[in-house]
Amino acid sequence: MKLIFEKSVKGRKCDILPKCDVPAVELPEGLKRETAPHLPEMSETDVSRHYTELNKQVHGVNCGFYPLGSCTMKYNPRIDEEAAAMEGFTNIHPLAPKSSVRGALEVLDTLRADLCEITGMDGMTFQPAAGAHGEFTGVLLIKQYHDSRNDKNRTKIIVPDSAHGTNPATAAMCGYQVVNIPSAPDGCVDLEELKKVLGDDVAGLMLTNPNTVGIFDENILEITKLVHEAGGLCYYDGANTNAIMGVVRPGDMGFDCIHLNLHKTFATPHGGGGPGAGAVGCKEFLKPFLPHSALMEKPGRLQVRGFMGNFLVCVRALAYVMTLGREGIPEAATNAVLNANYLMQKIKGTFTPAFDRICMHEFVLDLSHYEKETGVSALDVAKSLIDYGMHPPTMYFPLIVHEALMLEPTETESIETLDWAADVFRKLYELGKTDPEFMHNAPHHTPIGRPDEVKAARNPIVRYTFA
Amino acid sequence: MTIKPELQYSKDHEWVKKEDDLFVIGISDFAQDALGDLVFVNLPEVGDAVTAGEAFGDVESVKAVSDLLSPVSGTVAEINEELLDAPEKLNEDPYGAWIIKVADVTATEELLDAAAYEAFCAEA
Repeated sequence: MKLIFEKSVKGRKCDILPKCDVPAVELPEGLKRETAPHLPEMSETDVSRHYTELNKQVHGVNCGFYPLGSCTMKYNPRIDEEAAAMEGFTNIHPLAPKSSVRGALEVLDTLRADLCEITGMDGMTFQPAAGAHGEFTGVLLIKQYHDSRNDKNRTKIIVPDSAHGTNPATAAMCGYQVVNIPSAPDGCVDLEELKKVLGDDVAGLMLTNPNTVGIFDENILEITKLVHEAGGLCYYDGANTNAIMGVVRPGDMGFDCIHLNLHKTFATPHGGGGPGAGAVGCKEFLKPFLPHSALMEKPGRLQVRGFMGNFLVCVRALAYVMTLGREGIPEAATNAVLNANYLMQKIKGTFTPAFDRICMHEFVLDLSHYEKETGVSALDVAKSLIDYGMHPPTMYFPLIVHEALMLEPTETESIETLDWAADVFRKLYELGKTDPEFMHNAPHHTPIGRPDEVKAARNPIVRYTFA
Repeated sequence: MTIKPELQYSKDHEWVKKEDDLFVIGISDFAQDALGDLVFVNLPEVGDAVTAGEAFGDVESVKAVSDLLSPVSGTVAEINEELLDAPEKLNEDPYGAWIIKVADVTATEELLDAAAYEAFCAEA
């Protein structure tokens, strides 16, 4: 397929901008560009066809099964899109007088109350733009808390080795030293290892529960108690909230602050680069440290973003929470867990689960033995799935499992889809034994086969060179 | 997998070679093979202190970022700047592509000789 620049025809126009209805202003000489930018010149028809053609070459939740572990690629109801598209929400400005945006403010207040109830928190900010930004904000709450008590000795944040890479990155960005603790053989926090590193130099612990191997850490009350006894605070990474929403609350597990990926758990299509929303919730005693927007005029307070965050993602989240309601939210979570267990049991007997026990919303397959036996790697299986119209699971994560494939089917998939997916996995399991070469070269039916990932990382070409 | 008899090895799969007063450090063939094709290397600066058992840099493959754990405590005397533009050298020639040279060494991790390291890798 040709690039849009290659389709450009000099002089071709597409007048989509209305005539300027205010007097034109000339920029000062020093600010003007010296040459015109290279913009493709095309008709509206050709632009439309170009993007439709691109659209046909990608895979989204709307195209098919997307069991990308830890990403919660569930179907997002259209009604949430409709709510977010309402004119009263789209055509507002962060500096508009409050009297003209009362409805929008009510959206945020209602959503805050609902999500605080779901998570067991007392306060919440919607400023952070996405998950990692939420983590950053949350850990800054912890830092401000210790600073406010003049407890300057606390320089470390504990992160289990199964954590998402953003956790250690967040702690480091906040100026903390990261202390990695190894997981127990069951993938959960090793209490003895935790006790070894706890002390008066620990600012806090960052944890997901269920953890990254899809197991609910049953020692969670003991874990948060130990951290609190050492004077540290507990941060809940909301990456896996889809498994527990409405069933168990991070606040009740002993966590002091949390983030939620609204774009993931609460209905916004994601994976394309945003926008997202990483709402951060906290217990009462941390509320004084929550960030303020530029509007709230409290100097000295943390500010992580200009205004209210990505507001329309919050509108979708509220529409989602309100349509599902008090019964629907836990039902979605329990169905996510049921679907994951169903799929794991259906695949079992071929590829091996890394942890053979009841899982939460996702599970990890360990292909290391299969790879030794057949030469077919987790990557080969992932690439082969593409030929069946399935998005590959997360590969080679978490790092504590070798040749890992991590599947999260989500609650929005039917039993027929799960049966079909299990069938595909079983077929590939057999195929790898008889024709590994075929799988080394998969996918066979896509516009691009196997891009050279190493070459792409070593010598990336990130801009188009004009002839 | 190649193991050079004249080198010593840490249990974190770094090799160490004593060169006069300097300790030369790299990663073993086992390590480069387990990491896969490396695409980025993050090195300390000359003059930085390194501590035995703690990270002095990291390497990135298509799969993951991994810490480079120092087998010795001391001060970085030289870094192999060539690796910054050519991380693939760690894959192609792990024993030729040294990473850092450390001076004023005050402590070392437990180091294995080639035979003990070979046995250690066989268990891994």
